[in-house]
Amino acid sequence: MATRVGLRSGADTLDPSLVDVGRISFNDGVKRWVLHVDMDAFFASVEQFTRPTVRDRAVLVGGLGPRGTVAGASYQAREYGARSAMPMSEARRRCPVAVILPPRFRLYQAVSRQIFEIVRAASQHVEQVSIDEAFLEPEELTGAPTEVVRDFASRLRAQVHHTVGVTASIGAGSGKQLAKIASGLAKPNGALIVPPEQEGELLASLPVRKLWGIGPITESKLHRIGVRTIGEFAALQPGDVISLLGQAHGIELHRLAQGVDEHPVAERGEAKQVSAETTFDTDITDSGKLTSEVTGMAQAAHRRLVASGRAARTVTVKARDSSFTTISRAETLPSATSDFSALAAAARRLTPVAAPPGTPVRLVGVSYSGLATAEQESLFGNPADEPAADSLRSHAPVETPPAMAAPGTEEMPAPAWRAGDDIHHPEWGHGWVQGAGIGRVTVRFETARTGSGPTRTFTIGDPALSPADPLASLG
Amino acid sequence: MKIRVERDGLADAVAWVARSVPSRPPVPVLGGVLLDASSEDTLTISGFDYEVSAQVGVEATVESTGRTLVSGRLLADITKALPSRPVDITVDGSRVGITCGSSRFSLPTMPVEDYPQLPGMPEHAGSVPGDLFGEAVSQVAIAAGKDETLPMLTGVRIEIDSDRLTMVATDRFRLAMREFAWEPSGSVADTAVLVPAKTLADSAKTLASADSKVEISLASGDGLLGLSGPRRRNTSRLLDAEFPKYRQLLPTETSASAIVDVTPLVEAIKRVSLVAERGTQVRLEFSDSGLRLTAGGDDEGSAEEELAVEFSGDPLTVAFNPGYLLDGLGALKTDRAQMLFTTSSRPALIKPVGQDGEVSEGYLYLLMPVRMPG
Repeated sequence: MATRVGLRSGADTLDPSLVDVGRISFNDGVKRWVLHVDMDAFFASVEQFTRPTVRDRAVLVGGLGPRGTVAGASYQAREYGARSAMPMSEARRRCPVAVILPPRFRLYQAVSRQIFEIVRAASQHVEQVSIDEAFLEPEELTGAPTEVVRDFASRLRAQVHHTVGVTASIGAGSGKQLAKIASGLAKPNGALIVPPEQEGELLASLPVRKLWGIGPITESKLHRIGVRTIGEFAALQPGDVISLLGQAHGIELHRLAQGVDEHPVAERGEAKQVSAETTFDTDITDSGKLTSEVTGMAQAAHRRLVASGRAARTVTVKARDSSFTTISRAETLPSATSDFSALAAAARRLTPVAAPPGTPVRLVGVSYSGLATAEQESLFGNPADEPAADSLRSHAPVETPPAMAAPGTEEMPAPAWRAGDDIHHPEWGHGWVQGAGIGRVTVRFETARTGSGPTRTFTIGDPALSPADPLASLG
Repeated sequence: MKIRVERDGLADAVAWVARSVPSRPPVPVLGGVLLDASSEDTLTISGFDYEVSAQVGVEATVESTGRTLVSGRLLADITKALPSRPVDITVDGSRVGITCGSSRFSLPTMPVEDYPQLPGMPEHAGSVPGDLFGEAVSQVAIAAGKDETLPMLTGVRIEIDSDRLTMVATDRFRLAMREFAWEPSGSVADTAVLVPAKTLADSAKTLASADSKVEISLASGDGLLGLSGPRRRNTSRLLDAEFPKYRQLLPTETSASAIVDVTPLVEAIKRVSLVAERGTQVRLEFSDSGLRLTAGGDDEGSAEEELAVEFSGDPLTVAFNPGYLLDGLGALKTDRAQMLFTTSSRPALIKPVGQDGEVSEGYLYLLMPVRMPG
C-alpha cells in the first residue's frame, strides 16, 4: 500500500517573489489532523466486486435511456475519458467497450453502511459528506507525528478493503480543505499525508479552482488579474482580495489559501432537503444544454439523497437569470421515491417553467425535499429506463440471440428481465442478467465470493428464475 | 336556424360536450361546439379536439334547420346559469341569439365550414350494461398513472377475449383489474387497446346508467375507441404505447390471507394516517389475534388501532401508502374484502368478498408495499 508524498514542485510555474512561504501561518497550538476518506469509483467498484466477470473491465453505472447519465465510471472506463455525470450516450461513444449496468442503490447503501461502521469505530469525530465520503478527526492523532498518521491511514484503508472488498483513498492534513485535496491527489487506492512543513508548498502549486468556494466565476476574476495558483492567491494583499472578491467571501478564501482552515469535523444534522446547484461560466440560453445541466444537478442531489438513505416527495428546480432574478418551481410526486428516473423527469418538467425557453440562465439548482425514510416500492421497473439489454454484447462469451444485436427494436414494455437484474435459480444460485431478448435471457451465476462464474441461457418465462435481492450478490 | 329546447337537457348536453373542448384551443374553431339542427326534432351538439370527440342529441322543436359554431365554454356557462324555462336559439347572420325567459344573449359565431369533421364511429364490437361499464371503469381507472412522461401508464388497457372483457390499469405502484362477461357482436376479433384513463372515466360517468347499454365500437387499426349510449356517443384516440406485461405480476400463491370489514378498516386507516410521516405509510400487523394498525413515530406522534379480522397464515407486518390502500378498498364496492400476502416486500392482493362470504372473482387490486427503513 504505497503512500504517495511525491509533490509536483510549483517552482516552475511560480514567480518566487510572489510566494513567501514563511508568512503562511498554520493553526496555533496543537497540530490538528483531519482525514478525508473517499471511496474509489464507489458505484462502479461495488459492481466490479459483486460481479467478478466485470472486475477488470470498463464499467459504466447508469441508465441507458435517451436521458441517461453516468452515475459511476470504473477507472478502466475513465481511461477512455468517461466520467461521472456525463450523458450516457457520450460516455458510450468515448468508451464503446464499457459494460453498462443499471445502478443498484440499495446495494451501495448497504456497503456504505459497513464502511461507516468501520470509520466511526476508528474516530469519535466523523462527518459523513455523502454515501462514499467522510471527514475524520481522530482524537488519538491530535499532535501526532506524520508517521503515526500514515500508519493510521494505511490500517483504515486495509480494514475497509478487507471488510467490504472495495478500496478507499485517504488524504490527511491540518484541515478539511487540505485533507480533501490530498485524497484527490492520492486516488486511486492510495494515501497522501501532508506533513505540516509541506502544506504551503502543496497548496501553492495547485490551481485556484481547487480551493473550496472557488467556482468558475471567482476563478475567472482571479485569472483576470493573473492569479492562477493558490500560492499566487495566498500572496495577494488582503486589501486587494477584498476589493476583488468582497469582504466576507474574500477573506475566508484568502485564509483557506494560506492554509488556515478551522472548519470543524462534525456530524451533519438530519437535513430537511438535499440539493445541488451550479453556476455557469457563461449564461446558458440553449434549452437542450440547460436540460442536461439540470439532469446533472438532479444526479448530484440524488447521490446525496441516496447517501442519506431517504426518499423524496418534492422536487424543486431553481434558476437564476442574467439579471439575478431567481425563480423556483416545485413539483410534488404522489409518493416519496429515490428512483432517479422519476426525480430527474420531474426536474426536467420543471425546467422550462423555472426558466422559460430563451432566458439566459446563470445558475441552476435541483433540490429534493419532503424526505421520508419509507419508500413506496414499485411493481415493475420504470418504463422510461430503457432495458440495458445487450450492454455486454461485445464481451459476452455466449451466443447472443440475434435480436439483441439491434437495441431499440424491442419496443416497450421492457422484457421481464433486464440486463443487470439480480436473479435466483434454485440450482445455480445467485446471478445477474447479462442480456435478454426474443424470449431468452442469459444469466451469469456469480457473487463477490465465487469469482467469475458460468453463464446459462433460459427462456424468459422459465419458472425456476425468480428476482433476487441485490444484497445477495455480496455472497 | 331557429329552434326551441328544454333548458335542463340542453345544459347537461352542452356541459358534457364542452368537457372535450380544450381550454386553450390551438385554433379558435376547436374552442367551439357545433350546434346542428338539420333534422326536425333533434339538436345535435358536438365537440372535438382531435383527441376526443363528443356528440349528444337533445330533443328540440326545429322551426328552421341550420348549423352554427359557438364558443363551447361560454355556451356551457350560459346554459348552466339559465332559468329552468324553454330556450330559444336563433342564428341571425354571424350572431346567435339565446333567449330564455327574460334573459337574452347574443354571441358571435365562428365559421362552420372551418370546423373539422368528427371521426366516424369505428365498427361496432359489442355491448355492456351501462351500470356495469361505469363501475368497472371507475374501479380500474383509479390505478392509472398521471405522469405524462410515462404515456403507457396513463391509459386503461381493454382486452377482448371472445365473451370476456378485461380492463386493467397501473401506475407502477398499484394495479387494478376487472374482468367481466360482455355481449360481443357477431364476429369481433380478440384485441387489446389502450385508452386514455381520464377520457374513459369521463365518458363512462355520463354513459353509465342502469337501464341502458353502452355500445363499444373498436377497430384497433383506426386508433379509435367509440362509446355510445342513448343519444350520446364519443370517440377517443387510443394511446400508441405498449402496456407493461402485467399478468406475470399477479401472485400465483400466497402465504397469508385476511378477511376484513371494509368500512371499519377504511375509517381506522384514515385516523391513524393523520400522524403518518407525510402520509407515507401505515403499518399493518396481522396475527391470529387480529389486525393492529400503526402509524407515525416518536418525532411526529404516533397512533395505533386494533381491529378484529379473520386471519390465516404466517403472521406478518406490512406497510402501505395509506392513500393507495384507501383507493383499493374504496374501489371494491363490497362490505368485506380479502387481503392476500406473500411477504412484507411483495405485492398484496385485495379482492371483494360478496354478501355470501365468497370472494368475488372478477376484480383485483394489487398493491406494492412501502419498504420500511432498515
